[in-house]
Amino acid sequence: MNLIVPIKMVPDLVEELVIDASGAQLDPEALRLKLNELDEHAIEQAILLKEKGAGQVTIVAPDLPDIDDALFTAAAKGADRLIKLTGNWGNGVNNHALARVMANFIKTLRPELILTGVQAHNDLDGALGPQLAEHLGMAYVGYISGVTLANGHVRARKEFPGGLIAETQVQLPAVLGIQAAEKPPRYVPISKVRATIKTAQIETFPAAELETAGAPLVVRLFQPEAGARATMLEGDVDAVATRLVEIFKEHGVL
Amino acid sequence: MNPDIFVVVEHLRGQVSDLSYVMLAAARAAANATGGKVVAVLLGHDAEALARDLAADRVLYIEHAAFADFSSDAYQRTLENVIKEQSPRAVLFGDTTMGGDVAAWLSTHLNLPLVSACRTLRADAGALKFVSQICGGKMMAEGDLPGPTALVMMVPGGYKPDQGHAAQPPELVRGTAPALDDLRVTVKEYIEPAVGDVDVSKEQVLVAIGRGIQNQDNVELAEELAKALGGVVAGSRPVIDQGWLAPTRLVGKSGKAVKAKLYLALGISGAPEHTEAIGDSEMIVAINTDPAAPIFDLAKFGAQVDILDLMPVLAEKVQQAKGLA
Amino acid sequence: MSYDLIKSIVVLIALLVAFGVFGWRAYQSLWVNLRRGKPSPEAFGQWGERVKGVLTYVAAQGRLFRVLIPGTAHFFIFWGFLFLSLTILQAIAEGLFAFIDPHFKLPIVGELGPLALAQDFFALFVIIAVTYALYLRLVVNPERYKGSHKSQGVMVLAFIMTIMLTLLVFNGILINLGKDSIAAWRPISALFGLPFAGLDKGAQFVVGEIAYWLHLGVVLFFLTELPEGKHFHIVTSVPAVFLRDLDPPGRLPKAPEFDGKLGVSAINQFRWRQMLDFYTCTECGRCQDVCPAYASAQILSPKLLMMNLRENLTRRGAQPLIPDTISEQVLWSCTTCYACDQECPLFIQHIKPLVDMRRYLVSEGKMDAQLQEALAKLGRYGNSFGQSERNRAKWAATVQPKIKDARKEPVEYLWFVGDYASYSPSVVDLTRQTAQVFQRAGLDFGILYEGERNSGNDVRRVGEEGLFEVLVEKNIAAMSKANFKTIVTTDPHSYNTLKHEYPQMANGEWRMADSVLHYAELLDTLITSGKLKFSKKLNYTVTYHDPCYLGRYNGVYAAPRRVIEATGCKLVEMPRNGDRALCCGAGGGRIWMEEGTVKERPSEARIREAAALDGVSIFVAACPKDITMFRDAVKTTGSEARLVVKDLIELVSEAL
Repeated sequence: MNLIVPIKMVPDLVEELVIDASGAQLDPEALRLKLNELDEHAIEQAILLKEKGAGQVTIVAPDLPDIDDALFTAAAKGADRLIKLTGNWGNGVNNHALARVMANFIKTLRPELILTGVQAHNDLDGALGPQLAEHLGMAYVGYISGVTLANGHVRARKEFPGGLIAETQVQLPAVLGIQAAEKPPRYVPISKVRATIKTAQIETFPAAELETAGAPLVVRLFQPEAGARATMLEGDVDAVATRLVEIFKEHGVL
Repeated sequence: MNPDIFVVVEHLRGQVSDLSYVMLAAARAAANATGGKVVAVLLGHDAEALARDLAADRVLYIEHAAFADFSSDAYQRTLENVIKEQSPRAVLFGDTTMGGDVAAWLSTHLNLPLVSACRTLRADAGALKFVSQICGGKMMAEGDLPGPTALVMMVPGGYKPDQGHAAQPPELVRGTAPALDDLRVTVKEYIEPAVGDVDVSKEQVLVAIGRGIQNQDNVELAEELAKALGGVVAGSRPVIDQGWLAPTRLVGKSGKAVKAKLYLALGISGAPEHTEAIGDSEMIVAINTDPAAPIFDLAKFGAQVDILDLMPVLAEKVQQAKGLA
Repeated sequence: MSYDLIKSIVVLIALLVAFGVFGWRAYQSLWVNLRRGKPSPEAFGQWGERVKGVLTYVAAQGRLFRVLIPGTAHFFIFWGFLFLSLTILQAIAEGLFAFIDPHFKLPIVGELGPLALAQDFFALFVIIAVTYALYLRLVVNPERYKGSHKSQGVMVLAFIMTIMLTLLVFNGILINLGKDSIAAWRPISALFGLPFAGLDKGAQFVVGEIAYWLHLGVVLFFLTELPEGKHFHIVTSVPAVFLRDLDPPGRLPKAPEFDGKLGVSAINQFRWRQMLDFYTCTECGRCQDVCPAYASAQILSPKLLMMNLRENLTRRGAQPLIPDTISEQVLWSCTTCYACDQECPLFIQHIKPLVDMRRYLVSEGKMDAQLQEALAKLGRYGNSFGQSERNRAKWAATVQPKIKDARKEPVEYLWFVGDYASYSPSVVDLTRQTAQVFQRAGLDFGILYEGERNSGNDVRRVGEEGLFEVLVEKNIAAMSKANFKTIVTTDPHSYNTLKHEYPQMANGEWRMADSVLHYAELLDTLITSGKLKFSKKLNYTVTYHDPCYLGRYNGVYAAPRRVIEATGCKLVEMPRNGDRALCCGAGGGRIWMEEGTVKERPSEARIREAAALDGVSIFVAACPKDITMFRDAVKTTGSEARLVVKDLIELVSEAL
């Protein structure tokens, strides 16, 4: 079976997010990209299925800065094919554009099951997965934390609020939006990644023309108001604890 | 051009979600600007009763056995028709496990623009504007709501659910579902969360821990503090994923929403998936060594001390205070 | 057939059998098993040093005296054994050639008076030493013997006792029978002959022969048993000490080229020299006594580690190494403090095989979630705090005048700051103080700002060799652009790897620095040369904690003490000081791991040790991780009123 994992890079929130001069974009100089955390889970879930004999795992990614490292790491974990789509990506495009380009390419891979992170923290025009599904004419279910393969379909555990899980049957081919892999993403030793860099091949394909229609236009980016911020308690642990006890008393919890 | 604002109501096992009411409040704000009506779209099976307190001008109720459970396929096919027929100014979905399965698919299928992570809709010189929160709550994005029909996925926080409750039941109109046999997505069974543990949504005092707890051993410190305060320990997603707390303790988008009298957030950064579930708490106190953590925007009081140092000291002081009381 | 002829034949057969069995067993262990091991180039070279080592540590029993009384006892057992081996030779010859002369004496050896006297006295000393040893094992039964093979130990002591007693009885009877020409030289033997003097000649002869057969029998039986247990060290100790690893302790060998597998997961993946160590362990437990992991949770014992490895080696790896022979928990418990390697009388290396096995665990991702996250952060951001590398020098923003950027201008001293000193909120103040002191001393120094990464010392010791290589490459790349003479650092871990491992990793192609200094060494030089002058004398009574990577690993004990005394403080030593200092528990990546169940944290034990010193109010440390661990321990032991933990730089700052 062909397991496809589309991945994307998102701003690393460890770095300070700086709004550029136009006021409507993040300053690319301050920006550093990292692999979308939920895509890491999607990769892990795909590898877990592969280890159970499901088939080949292909990673598909846009050619964004630092993407190679994410691809080689996936290969070191067990991914079979690494594919990079080259195009005028800049520092990232919206999911509508990404979905069109990816779907265009992925359909040439005869995909049977596509796993991708159910969302990314910089999504502003919906997630990638459902849009891919529509382009490819496949079923889509998101917020998945468990996948079992059966004949012609999958059993996916879909999360609902309150810890409720709905075991959902999905006909293949399908796209699943992964919330959590069945096991936490595994560790790959750096030696293995470095060795993989020497042996693995990243295939590059040109992406189709980018069409960004479908996403909103951002007129202004700003940081949440500082006005409504909490009253900060000063001092060391002892002082803070004492003040908290007073606050609790005033509030009627003690 | 249809100036109406549609809201796709989310319900599970006989209960309408709080977010649906939030969306109705948002729809009202938007409809006031466009001069249109608020139409709640309710897909269900024997579920008309759910419509009774929706603050909408009209409820479009579509009955089908397939709607007894939530199936992305069934919702996609049905809403596709509704939107094509009506072409409202905007259709609001929850940015959730239900809305997330449907809205983006419809956007692509019907070639309609989509805004997600939206907190508020407001009018500005006759045009509708959206404000969304992204990047873990660290960034707000504002823009004009695209037209003529826009799909919007909403997150809680911009409006109070009360604003979406109606005193009088709204007008009910029935619609018809398309053929829904041969669904590609069907629910086979439900797996209930573990029973016998506490229900955090009903607790008054919650000691919530996040990534800052660092490891399993430190959870004990939180337990002791919770015990001293007469509350229970809850956690954000990373803590549950690691197995340090049972899934029943998860507070957040995929967990439970809480309405505590005191919500003590320890080592929690305040990502939207978590904060959307705690906004109704009376008082939130946040402890985090990162002064820029978004949780401080929601909390009433905060401090930057180390939670591992604070917990035992605070537990002791609380016990002393109780001892004297 | 005469008795003497029978005696000769039986002795011959016994010899052949005993030597045959011994030879076969020794061949299997030393030749067959060791040949399965990987090459060990570190065992050769520097021959002069090696000969010296045998003289100091074997002949003079060097490290054994670190535990004084048992060490002395062993000294006599060892030398007794050497001296008395000649008597055993004599006894064998006497039996073998009995058909020629029932009292055959070897030329010289058998008839030298002074030698006989020495042998008599050594036999007595051995008896006293063995009696003490039996008392130690059976009555005292100290903690360090826990886990050792007790019955084996007692049995061997019994053997030695029997050998000595039977020798003296045999000699004594010969004297009684007038068959000893140098009887005057054997007063002790004569004493042992007295109880039998009353018997008639025939009876005495029988007793003598019984003593003889018992003597020979036990000796030969002991010989066959030698390769089977800890007493193999009698054979392996000399080669073990002679071929010991002469690399500086702070340098781990480079990992072999990645070939799909990492680290050691089966016994034959060890180097043969390491296997020799497994056979050399005497189960004495001195390593166990000084191990901080053992003291805190009793999961890891370096002694048991060696014994388990030997067990696996003897069984040709019939059991998988991990987790059946050694559990993952054991492997992760080590802080790499070097106390075990330092203490071992036979220079057995415990840390290197442990790191080899950790490399395997890392390659399989078998580690706790916290460590995995720390490694991911180190890999991505070059520090374990998960903070952007752009913020590495944020601490320096408030230092005036601005610290030189060593990447842009030449400096004399390159200050390698280190992770904790750069990012840890509780330590950055000390870093700023250090900068101010350097400026007061008029030092020409600079830092690498964002170019610096974690030095990699503990990353390597956690077993992530690949990440270590990446960090080293990045640091060397940054340093090679800079122009400096000396590297100075406040972190002993960074100090260790920069000094010993970076030149090795750079393949000697690039000359890194003239020298690498710990700031205590630098302060010492600045004080003695007058560049740093103190304006007042602090009258504190303090104690000083030797950091593992500064003290044990690199022998720097005196410099920090001179600095302390120069500030006018009175130094009181803790009972465990110098190379016996108790590790704080943070090393070897432990600070990145989950703690697990602990009986008593090493850091807390250390604080209690300091608090027990009368009059001491300040606990002085010279390592940022020590500061972090000990300040925590002061809180958790409730000793805030009793002790304050200060960094060396704080004393210097105050005294300026």
